[in-house]
Amino acid sequence: MTILTLLIPITLCMGAVGLGAFFWSLRSGQYEDLSGDAERILFDDDAPLAPPSSKRPPDTPSLSTTKETRK
Amino acid sequence: MISQLTVSERGMALTLSGLGVLVGLLMAAFGDGDLMGAQGWVVMAFCLVIFGIVLRKIYDPEPTEDRSTSYYDDPTRVGILLALFWAVVGMGVGVWVAAMLAWPELRFDAAWSSFGRVRPVHTSGVIFGFGGNALLATSFHIMQRTTRARMPSQVAPWFVLIGFNLFCVVAASGYLMGVTQSREYAEPEWYADIWLVVVWVTYFLLYIRTLARRKEPHIYVANWYFLAFILVVAILHIVNNLAVPISLTAARSYSAFSGVQDAMTQWWYGHNAVAFFLTSGFLGMLYYFLPKRAERPIYSYRLSILSFWGITFFYIWAGSHHLHYTALPHWVQTLGMTFSVMLLVPSWASAGNALLTLNGAWRKVRDDATLRFMMVAVVFYGLSTFEGSFMAIRPVNGLSHYTDWTVGHVHAGAMGWVAMISFGAIYALSPLLWRRENIYSWKAVEWHFWLALGGTVVYVFAMWNGGITQGLMWRTYSESGTLKYSFIESMVTMHPFYVARTIGGLMFLTGACIGFWNVVMTILHMPAKKPESDTPSQAAGASALPAAE
Repeated sequence: MTILTLLIPITLCMGAVGLGAFFWSLRSGQYEDLSGDAERILFDDDAPLAPPSSKRPPDTPSLSTTKETRK
Repeated sequence: MISQLTVSERGMALTLSGLGVLVGLLMAAFGDGDLMGAQGWVVMAFCLVIFGIVLRKIYDPEPTEDRSTSYYDDPTRVGILLALFWAVVGMGVGVWVAAMLAWPELRFDAAWSSFGRVRPVHTSGVIFGFGGNALLATSFHIMQRTTRARMPSQVAPWFVLIGFNLFCVVAASGYLMGVTQSREYAEPEWYADIWLVVVWVTYFLLYIRTLARRKEPHIYVANWYFLAFILVVAILHIVNNLAVPISLTAARSYSAFSGVQDAMTQWWYGHNAVAFFLTSGFLGMLYYFLPKRAERPIYSYRLSILSFWGITFFYIWAGSHHLHYTALPHWVQTLGMTFSVMLLVPSWASAGNALLTLNGAWRKVRDDATLRFMMVAVVFYGLSTFEGSFMAIRPVNGLSHYTDWTVGHVHAGAMGWVAMISFGAIYALSPLLWRRENIYSWKAVEWHFWLALGGTVVYVFAMWNGGITQGLMWRTYSESGTLKYSFIESMVTMHPFYVARTIGGLMFLTGACIGFWNVVMTILHMPAKKPESDTPSQAAGASALPAAE
């Protein structure tokens, strides 16, 4: 079964990539506000957030303020 | 559509489709006398149509709007229409091949219409044509909404969508001519496979680049499912299609592996195509559209993440359960069987999570056929993953393998889960994407729902009963120790089940046709609805960013 010497390393490598992605998500704070993360998809208003450089009225909250409220 | 592109983007589109025409011409010229030549004409015709579409609008005024203030939805819209078109084609051919099994006269005695050539048109048509386009379209939608960022490029999504459909057309036309690698769900020959790699890598880069631009710090779980789908399918596709063409101008190649080695590679691919094409991607769809439609967050977001990592790590080992009782070493079979049974845990975690999300919104499920499509999809997902784990157990497989029970199992997943969640997503998405007040006819959605559910139930019950009967007949011995039934007797017994299966498929196809008509009527005849917020100031408005505590 020479094929297994190919398929098993490939499969293990894919698992390692997955594990790496998991550790990255863990370390980069992806799982710190799970209930907020689940709810926020319900509130999109069908336009992307304006980039920080564009002309946004000063009274609208920017992303950085939400980050603060979450902490 | 074309007028949304800048002049340089139109130039890029012309160049790419022009290159396609050139490649088609070269294939036709050098492959003359081989099927490669005929495939070249198909490539050329396809790319000429795209070239013509771009050329007709080449002098339209350039768009003036600020791109960062809106999502790029044109490829999503076209993707949804293509998905519905392929649904009708793929399911239509499916009904034909089902009828051919019940009434062999429907074979019509031509080379192109033989069962072996027409069946892959059905399987590729529904899996790649319908499912693939639905996945591309919804992933473009979901990745932009959940990251709150526009796609980084306007050419890349078109390249992915049109390139993928070119692959589908080359594949389907090739099958009818007799071009095949004889690998289930990986029938297209080497040149089509190389092309798909190019398309798929572009798709992956597009997704990663969109994620890198995200304005929302958290990557929503649906994106993880889509990423796993794209990445794993790429690797599976490359490894399984390692082959040596007999010549660069011939549509024929030989696999790099032989015998049981080859079978193992094929089912490592085959089962993970089910896992990462037909499950992971559609779970991404489910985790976005079900909460959106039910207007409540997923019951346990933590569990959704856990089941994602569970599916990612378990599924990849399960492929060898397709080769029970073969020359494959016993321990490899047992390994595949063990992981298949373990898979029940993350699968049911997703199904349970989705159903518990609906708990408290059952009134909506009752009134809204769109949400009901998604609910039924979840139920069938739970049923078919249980059935799959069960059938992977070696002694059970001894009864079920090579019978129509397997066909029933696949269709419980494909019709009940994959198609239902796609239709739910398409109905939820269409009015939003085309800025319409509502769906054209809710009554038609109801009709579609009941036809689809009825068709699936008739189909699956016919194949369960037929398949188990068949399996039992094949292993029944007479008193003298010989087989009691001849093969032809089991065929005769299957006739009524095959008729029932055809009727079930026909009901499902009728539903899909109604759905296609309804979406087209929604686009053509429903009054437009101006979105409440489509300007930059409102885009970052308070409602977009509720406090998340």
